[in-house]
Amino acid sequence: MQNFINWIDARIPMTRVWNMHLAQYPAPKNFNFWYFFGFIATIVLVNQIVTGIWLTMSYNPTAEGAFASIEYIMRDVEYGYVLRYMHSTGASAFFFVVYMHMFRGMLYGSYQKPRELLWLFGMFIFLALMAEAFMGYLLPWGQMSYWGAQVIISLFGAIPIIGDDITLWIRGDYVISGATLNRFFALHVIALPLVLVILVFLHIVALHEVGSNNPDGIDTKKKKGSIPDDEKPKFKFHEYYTDKKDIVDSIPFFPYVVLKDLVAFTIFLLVFCYIMFFAPEMGGYFIEAPNFEPADPMVTPDHIAPVWYFTPFYAILRAVPHKLLGVIAMFAAIVMLALLPWIDRGKVRSIRYRCEAHKWNIVMFAVCFLALMKLGADPADYLNRVLSRIFGFGYFAFFGFLWLYSGNEKTKPVPERIA
Amino acid sequence: MKRLLIAILALLPTFAMASSANAPVLEHANVDIRDKAAMQRGAKLYMNYCMGCHALQYQRYERTFNDLGIPLDLGIQHLVPEGVKVGELMTNAMNAEDGGKWFGVAPPDLTLITRLKGSGTKGQDWVFTYLKSFYADPTRPFGVNNEVFKDVGMPHALIELQGLPVHATEKRLVDGDMKDVYVGLKATGGSMNASEYDGAVRDLVTFLTYVAEPSRVDSEAIGKNVIIFLLVLLVLVFLLKKEFWRDIH
Repeated sequence: MQNFINWIDARIPMTRVWNMHLAQYPAPKNFNFWYFFGFIATIVLVNQIVTGIWLTMSYNPTAEGAFASIEYIMRDVEYGYVLRYMHSTGASAFFFVVYMHMFRGMLYGSYQKPRELLWLFGMFIFLALMAEAFMGYLLPWGQMSYWGAQVIISLFGAIPIIGDDITLWIRGDYVISGATLNRFFALHVIALPLVLVILVFLHIVALHEVGSNNPDGIDTKKKKGSIPDDEKPKFKFHEYYTDKKDIVDSIPFFPYVVLKDLVAFTIFLLVFCYIMFFAPEMGGYFIEAPNFEPADPMVTPDHIAPVWYFTPFYAILRAVPHKLLGVIAMFAAIVMLALLPWIDRGKVRSIRYRCEAHKWNIVMFAVCFLALMKLGADPADYLNRVLSRIFGFGYFAFFGFLWLYSGNEKTKPVPERIA
Repeated sequence: MKRLLIAILALLPTFAMASSANAPVLEHANVDIRDKAAMQRGAKLYMNYCMGCHALQYQRYERTFNDLGIPLDLGIQHLVPEGVKVGELMTNAMNAEDGGKWFGVAPPDLTLITRLKGSGTKGQDWVFTYLKSFYADPTRPFGVNNEVFKDVGMPHALIELQGLPVHATEKRLVDGDMKDVYVGLKATGGSMNASEYDGAVRDLVTFLTYVAEPSRVDSEAIGKNVIIFLLVLLVLVFLLKKEFWRDIH
């Protein structure tokens, strides 16, 4: 066996990569609940890719055949319904997990120096994921697929001068048609998954270069030579990390963190499988009822609502009475998140040691985000628009407040080491 | 951290303001998708009264017979139209253009109707209530209108079972005067009484619920095993984690 491993190692750095990134990769020992979601997101991505490959084997990407081929998968393909529900539930699970993962970053200041690029790669993953989900949603070619895509693509028409040409270029036709479906299929199954996988790879490379943050926001990589040997963990970490820094309060990622993540992942799977096998429509939030009717360009549904994970941004779009400004506000909502490392001027990372105002600011942000999520799913009546404006204002105010108080923040003393 | 969660939870009721639509009040169909006898009766009703106009183009006869416990030879003899093979999709001979000419709109395919009309049991309730909500309206082409689907193009297909319902009033004592009070739709002249008709419509909706998602029963059976497996796995993974983590802290 050892000979075989040596043979491989002489040709490709298998053992070195395993040690450097798993068995001897130092992870802070105080990871809590919020730190499970990165691991889970990776597995959900694998689930989407694997089930997606099997779905393409029976899916027919034409306007005439798409809807029927989904029902073919649901009825005539052996366990096709399992594959399809794994994929549809997986899409919603992906966003749930990613939102939790991003909120974790906000709670513990994981975007702060030196993790700015890590955060930016994450934001690009989020953008690619939104594009991936949006294009995937057209593929069943149901009424909501069609009209949802119609609404979103028409947003690009708000861009002055070139707007109409851009929408034409995206659709490949004057209306959403088979041409649009074909290109969305190509982008959904090849282009965007590739982009996603590459971005996830870069996200992890960046993470492993700077190391994980932790719920206390305390650096676990200290200046070389500053820590006496008896205070260092008894575990062996890879020289790549120990040569430059003294590692404290850390444990090897494998097996310790992986095992802890596996417990969390099993609990996640319990919820996931319950939804998948017993309530895949999730009350109409994961699979919307109007999508059980084939796309009909001549009939507009009464109420067009995007899937739940887009609704916070959709609510912001609708809250602004001017189309172009609405589109700008919607994109700004995402750009603000990406700019967090520079908006937050604080030196203390974790919410545990930051000022009282920061805690309430984050609560306000979470409340606004969830409220917008609900508002974006409901029909836009008068009350809905007023509330969307209030909560939309709150969403942006979070960033403004953060910039103001973080410049000269009264923080609690941050301990030198993780307790 | 706990205070943060409590604060978020305390504000949750703010989002619960459900939007109220002017949707008709739906009766509960109370469908049991494990009741094969009901589905068989529903399938028979569907083939006799609905299939002529409304296809089930995504569903196959053979699968239906197998799932409903209908012996293939009996199914072929009584439910499959002549010249159609049992492995084929349950389509009909009406083309959309003719349908549109005859009824104003082409009769839609009903394979997914109980999922289309609302998530959860709402779609089933809709179809159930719809089929019970036809009433006499001489201004309409087929002499009937519908409480749930106003000015629907469809005739009352089950009229020979239910009879023709009319808006019924009763003399009742209101504030000391006898007045005509609306008491709902009352049908006369059908071969079934009101509770028999309810049963027949429930059978039909049960069948349609099955057709909309034929894998539902299978899915839940597998799901139960998966959940049990995961619970056992959770215990094992947890013990394994505990064992390894003993040397940390």
